[in-house]
Parts: sequence; structure tokens; C-alpha cells
Amino acid sequence: MTRLVLAGCAAVLAEVAGIALAGTAAWLIVRASEQPPLAALSVAVVVVRALAVSRGCLRYVERLTGHSAVLRTLAELRGRVYEALVRRRDVREGDALTRVVSDVDAYQDALLRCLVPAMVATVVGIAGIAVTGSIVLACGLVLTGIVLPGLSAMASRRAGQRSVAARARLADHAVDLERGAPELAVYGATERKLRQAEAAAKVLADAERQTLPLGALSTTVHSGTVLAVLLTTDASAPARAAITLAVLAGLEVFVPLTAAAARWVEVRPSVERVRELLTGPSTPDRPAPELVPEKHIAVIGPSGAGKSTLLKAIARRCPGAVGAMAGAHIFTTTVRTNLTFAREGITQADLDEVARLVRLDGWIGSLPDGWDTEITAETISGGQRQRLVLARAVLADAQILLLDEPVESLEPQQGDEILADILARYRDRAVVLVTHRPEHIRGFEDVVTMADGEITWRGSAKMISQDRIESAV
Amino acid sequence: MPSLPGLRRYLYTLCIQAVCTSCAIVVQGEFLARLLTGSVWLALPVAALACRGLLVWAQERTSARFAAATTTFLRSRVLRSGSGERTVLVTRGIDAVGPCLTGYLPQLVVSAVVPIAVLTCLFVADWTSALIIAATMPLVPVFAILVGKHTVRRTERQWALLSRLGGHFLDVVRGLETLVLFKRAGFQAGIVRSIAHQHATATMRTLRIAFLSSLVLELVATLSIALVAVPVGLRLLSGGIDLHTALLVLLLAPEAFVPLRAAGARFHAAAEGLAVLKEVLALPEPRCTTTTTARPPDLRTAKITLEDVTVQYPGRDTPALRNFWLTVAPGDRIALVGPSGAGKSTVLSVVLGLAEPVSGRVLIGDADLREIAPSDWHTRISWLPQNPWLLAAPIADNIRLAHPHATDDEIAEAARQAALTVPLTAQGRELSSGERQRVALARALVRPDTSLALLDEPTARLDVTTEQAVLSASRRILHGKTALVVAHRPAILPETDRVVRIG
Repeated sequence: MTRLVLAGCAAVLAEVAGIALAGTAAWLIVRASEQPPLAALSVAVVVVRALAVSRGCLRYVERLTGHSAVLRTLAELRGRVYEALVRRRDVREGDALTRVVSDVDAYQDALLRCLVPAMVATVVGIAGIAVTGSIVLACGLVLTGIVLPGLSAMASRRAGQRSVAARARLADHAVDLERGAPELAVYGATERKLRQAEAAAKVLADAERQTLPLGALSTTVHSGTVLAVLLTTDASAPARAAITLAVLAGLEVFVPLTAAAARWVEVRPSVERVRELLTGPSTPDRPAPELVPEKHIAVIGPSGAGKSTLLKAIARRCPGAVGAMAGAHIFTTTVRTNLTFAREGITQADLDEVARLVRLDGWIGSLPDGWDTEITAETISGGQRQRLVLARAVLADAQILLLDEPVESLEPQQGDEILADILARYRDRAVVLVTHRPEHIRGFEDVVTMADGEITWRGSAKMISQDRIESAV
Repeated sequence: MPSLPGLRRYLYTLCIQAVCTSCAIVVQGEFLARLLTGSVWLALPVAALACRGLLVWAQERTSARFAAATTTFLRSRVLRSGSGERTVLVTRGIDAVGPCLTGYLPQLVVSAVVPIAVLTCLFVADWTSALIIAATMPLVPVFAILVGKHTVRRTERQWALLSRLGGHFLDVVRGLETLVLFKRAGFQAGIVRSIAHQHATATMRTLRIAFLSSLVLELVATLSIALVAVPVGLRLLSGGIDLHTALLVLLLAPEAFVPLRAAGARFHAAAEGLAVLKEVLALPEPRCTTTTTARPPDLRTAKITLEDVTVQYPGRDTPALRNFWLTVAPGDRIALVGPSGAGKSTVLSVVLGLAEPVSGRVLIGDADLREIAPSDWHTRISWLPQNPWLLAAPIADNIRLAHPHATDDEIAEAARQAALTVPLTAQGRELSSGERQRVALARALVRPDTSLALLDEPTARLDVTTEQAVLSASRRILHGKTALVVAHRPAILPETDRVVRIG
């Protein structure tokens, strides 16, 4: 904020220097034509030269401080927006992208192109009216500084709202075209989807189009104000010329306001959405039964019984719990980074050992850059993905290990071997295993069956009846 | 590189408007000087003022229309190019092009025309002052180009950083659940901050130099006013020039610099737009509609043959499928098994025509798959992908994708058979992976009149009850069709006649 105020001060000084330069130069010339002694002009000559130099320098300072202040504010804002997204899981993909990139940039615009010019224009305008005492000038400034921006804001209010919606639609279509390309191709819908996306692009372009002749109005009002001030100023010839040219130069300060007002209306929904995102309530957690794991527990139950919700609830409640979940994300980065974020202080030896455990060592060895090969969720197979997710969970070296159908995408025999190795490694720590495969629960002292979000039975694997297994898996 | 449609006409229009604007500026200056020295019939300056307003209005309209047409054209081009990272480019990226077309380009034309017109006028009025302006003015474009060249490179780099930032955000947002699970979301928030700070630092480095050009512009412009005003004042003292001319010079001298300064000020914003424009125009031309018109042979009599097929995805060193042979006789139902990563899903992609072999070929009867129109081929296929994508639309519309003419009852029936329990009005993007798979199953079920079924792990991630429902649905899809089924779990194997092991 201090930086922003500093930038505003530099801007005001730069503008005042420009206005004073025009006025003094005009005064100098008209006064000179009255042919006074040279000494009467010497101060004006010095002032003109000094102002000419200081204006450029002040402008440079203003620009740098202004942009720096805004960018630093934004870096902080991006972090806060991300933290808000952690709490708000109800955000869709296309939207999330529009939100974080576009909305936050809109915030930058709001600060840099709306707030700062408005502040500068207000200060310069009030100073101008105070110095000249001209009612005509005051009227001109009200027109150019309040009425025209108001009109501009009105014109773009509806257009702005329409363009935000159209933009979100376009982003959704683009994501569908990018990620759903195979489906669209096979179902012969690519062309239809492209047409929909193009229609959204057209709606967006039309929504963004300015309909009022604001530039023309603003030019007319500016020239008109200069003319009116010239005709109504009752002063000596040099003073009149000085005031006229100073007003002519000073009105430049008000030029950006019309665009700023339109922009403000455009970015306001974004600014408000950012604010809403930052302050809105967290997405409520789904209710889940209390289960504090201390040893190995197997959880079985039909799809939708609440098994994954239970695991997530344990992860939330127990600080020492991490896990390998269905649908875990593979980040677009190196194999190494995809694993090392699990815990701080992971060494190469840890990585190699875990790779052997989940049978990934051969694949990693075959990669062009080994551990430092860039991967995405799309460039690896489902099995490789699951092994990475498992490796990550093992590397976290947590007190409680959560496994959600950990070997589902692997070949049954090898999957079972990997699972057995992991369970042996976690012999003395807690493990919660969610599975569909009856053979996995063999040997578990603690088996939990679930249905409709509730625990329906709990006991040793030896005690569980075949019927119960059948109905639960 | 192809050019923008209508650009030439737009530039011509801008030139004509700029010439008219120069005249209006000179006339306005003349009237103002006369008003300050004596008097003039008031209607004349008022008329000049109105003319200037009309000219601005005409220019605004032309620009807005051209920008709307061009951004629509560019967005369409990006969408149709089929390149990755489209989302950022289509929205935020092309947004930057608008100001470049409505602001920078007209200003560039104006700054080429107006200074020359104003300078000519000054030469007529007072050639000594005109000489001073003429000597300082070239400094502006020279410095602008010198600094600008540097800025363009920097801005291009900044744009690359921005799109990485966009990609980074989408990636970490998608991975939020995972990070929360590892208690690392806070750590990631730190990374988001540090990348944004990097972006800020990089941008400031660019701006420090970009703003140098505006510093030079401002300095040259204000200094030359001082350089003109002071000698003119001294000459007035000695009576070497009359007041009207002196005022005209003082009024017109800044006008020679204003357009250059305005163009310079807009250059920073425009550089990003120009970088995007270049990127979009360099995208490959949209793929022309395939000329393959051959009808696919009837699968009840024609067999499908994969001959020595090798598939290599771009950017990967090892082939996804190597020297693969397979013959599928009409009515054959084949289970594909093998370790993960062996290329089972790739076989389905090859048969669909989504993945093109780098060597070998696929024959449908006697016809090469490449010569068969994909649209015709696809209508024969019921398909269940491994990771189905659901469009940002209600589930009913997502199912209808596979059969646009299906009735609501048919959609509901397909959803029921696929054991889908969520309401059909729910949004597709909000579903879990298991539910997404069942929507894809409903798509395969509702697809009419197909003779080939390609199913990728239909029973993965399901409990036994749902598995039974999905199995019976799969049975319905497979009934009377030729089929390739990728199978990890044995439950689906009884539905197939033969097992082929890959890898």
C-alpha cells in the first residue's frame, strides 16, 4: 500500500510538472511579445528548462513504483487464492483456470488502470479548480471526469457481465476439446463442439465490443472545455494563454478515466469472485464414522458405501496419516518431484529402494533421463501411475498408511506380491486397506465392512462369514 | 505464415483517417492561436472541434469491428489447430490481441502520418523551430526501436512464463486432493507464491527497460518544447517573429510528439499481443477434412488385421506397442491381457484410428484403415475408454454424445443398465472416476447399430454388486459383435472366446 501511495505521488508530480511546463511556456511567449526587459523572462526560462527535465524522470519513477507495487500485491494474492482453493473443493476445472489466471490479472488491472489514474485525476483536478477558480473548468472536469466515465461504466456493465460468462463457456469448451479429443472424435462430435466453441468466441467478441462513441465524446468535451475556458478567462494576455495551454495539457490526465471506468466494470465481477473465493465458507466435509487405526485394518463394502470418504476423514483427523488414493494426481513434472513431495529429506537411496518395492525400477531405468524424466498423467500407463502413487505413500513413511484399492490396475499376481511386501514393511505401524478382493483380507485381525456410509460389522478375517464377504465386495 | 484477413483494408482505412486527423489538428491549432491573439468567428473552431470528434468516432468503429472479427478468427484457429495448452491461449492469450489491434496499430499509423503533417505545417509557419523539432524527433523512433527490440525478446519470455504459470496452476489445482492427503497443500501454496514472485521479478526486469523508452520519449518531447519555446520567446523580444506564429508553433510542437509517445506507451501492452498473434499464426493450418471416402467393409464378413504394428507417441523414447500382429475374425471376442504399459490400450486406439502406427498397417477386410473415412468407421464401434472424459454438460447430454437422436427414455434405460445411480441432470465434471466409467458404459450401450465393441477394463474399480451389473451390461454390448476387451480382472474373461497376451 505504501508503495502504491508513493507511485500515486510520483504520478501527481509528473502531471503537475507537465501542466506547469505548458503554462509557463505559453506565459513566456505571450509576455515576450509585450517586449519587456530580458530580466523579466529569465526566471520563466529557467523554470521551463527544469520542468522539461523533471517531468520525464518523474514519469519513469511513477511507472516503476506503480508496477512493482501491483505485481508484489498480486504474487501474494495468487498464494492466497490457492490456499482458498484448498478449502473450496467445489471448483470446476475450466473455472479454476479462468479464476486463478484471469480473475487475478483483472485484480491487477483494477489497481493499475483504475485506482491509480482515478486518484491522480482527482488530485490534479481539485488543484486545477483551486488555482484557476474557474467554474467553466469545474464543469468541464465534471463532464470529463465523472459524467463520461459514468456513461462508459454503464455501457460496459452489461457487456462485462456477459463477457465473463462467455469466457467461462469458451474455457469449458476448450478444455473439452483438449482433454476429450478422443471421445469427440469417435462420436463424430468434434466439428459440432468446435462450432459451439466458435459460437462462444463470437459471443465473447460481441460482448467485448464498445457500443458508445466514448472516444469521440471525450475528444469533443476536451476541446470544448479548452475553448470555453479560453473564452471565459478574464485575465492579462500572458495569464490567459498560460491557463489555456495548462488546461489543454492537464486534460490529458483525464483521458484514461473513460477507459478505466469501463475496465472497472469489466473486472468488478472478477474482483468480487476473488473476494468471495477468499472469504467464502469451506466446502463441508462429508460425514464419516470415527475410526482410529492403531494396527492393520481392512475395509470392504460395495461402491458408494463411503470407504474413500472414511479414508479421507482419517487422513484429515490423524496428523500422521497419508495414503495412496484412487484418482491420485500425477503432476506434470519429473518422476523424482512426483515422489519427493511426499516428505522432506527423501534421499536417492530411499527412492531406489521404494522403486524396487513397487517394481518400478526397471521402468525408471528405461526412461531417457531416469528419475529426472518429465512425465504427465497422459504419458504413463495406468499401472505405472498406480505404482507411482503407491511409492509416494510408502515414501511418506507415515505412522498410518491409507491404501485405497492400491493394486487395482496391476496384474493380480504381481499386485498381490507388492501389497504383501508393503504390509510386511508396515508390520509395526497402522495400515487401513480398502479393497474389493476377498483374498486381500486374509490374515487381517481387524476387518470392517461398510454400507451406506456406516460400519456394519467389525471383527477378525477368520470370523467373517462367506455371505458377509459376498454382500460386502 | 498466413496473414490476418482484412488487415490490408483496415490499414488503408486507418491511413485515410490519420490524414484527416492531421488536418483537423492543424486547423484546431490555428484557430486556438487566433483566439489567443485576437478574435475569430466562433463557429469555425466549433466546427473544427466537431470534425475532430467525428473522425475519432469513425476510427473507433472501424477498429472495434476489425478487432472483433480478428479475435473470433484467431480463437477459431487455435481451437481447430488441435495443439495442447489451448485453454490459456484461447481465453487470456488472445485477449491481449484486442488492445494491440484497436490501440497500438491505429496509433502506429497515426504516428507515421501526423508528425509529418504537423512538421510540414511548422516549416511553413516558422522554419527555425521546425528544424529543431525535425532534429529531435528522429531520436524518438530510434530509441523506441533500440529499447523495443530488447523488450520484445523479454516479453516473449514473459509470455512463456505466464503460460507455464497457467499450466502450473491447473496442475496443482487438479492435484489438490493429493496434496491435502500428504499434508503438503501448504507447501504447494508456497510454491505458487514463489512462482508468482518470480513472475513479478521477471516482469519488473522487462519493465525497467521498457519504461526506459518512455523515459526517453518523455524527455525528448518535453525538452524539445523547451528548446522551441525559449528561442521563440527571445526572438519575440527582438521582434523577429509575430505572436500568432509563435503561439501556433507552441501549440503544434507537442502534437508532433503526442502520437509517438502514445504509440510508445502502448507498445508494452501490444508486445504481448504481438507475441500471441505470432504464436497463433504459426500454428499448423487446420487439418483439412479427410479425402478418404471409402466405406468400411461389413464387419460381419470382414476380418480386422493388425500387421506388424508399431506405435510411438510423440515425445517418448520407447514405442507404446512394438511389432504387433493380430487377426480378429468376424464374431471373435478377444481378451487382451498383459502387464501394465505393454500397450493393451494402445491396440484399441490403433483399431479406432486414434493412434497412427509409425510402421505396419491395419486392415479392415482388404481396405487399409487409413483409407476409410473415420466418421463412417466410428459409427460401427461401441467404445469404452480407460479414462473416459465427460464434457462440461449434464450427464444425459454426455450419454447422448454417443447417439444424438436417442430419446430421453433410451438415455435413462442406458443409464439404468450401466448401474448409474446419480441423477442425469448432474454435471458431468463432478462425477467420481467410477461414475465416469459407468457414464462411458452407458454411452457404449446407447450407441446404435454397431458391429464392433472395444472395451478397456470395463470392471476396474468396481465392487462385486456393481461388477455384476456392469458385466451384464458388457454382455449386452458384446452380444453379436466382434470385440476386443482389455482385461485385468478375470471376471470379464468368460465373456470372451480367446485370450491374447501382450508384452
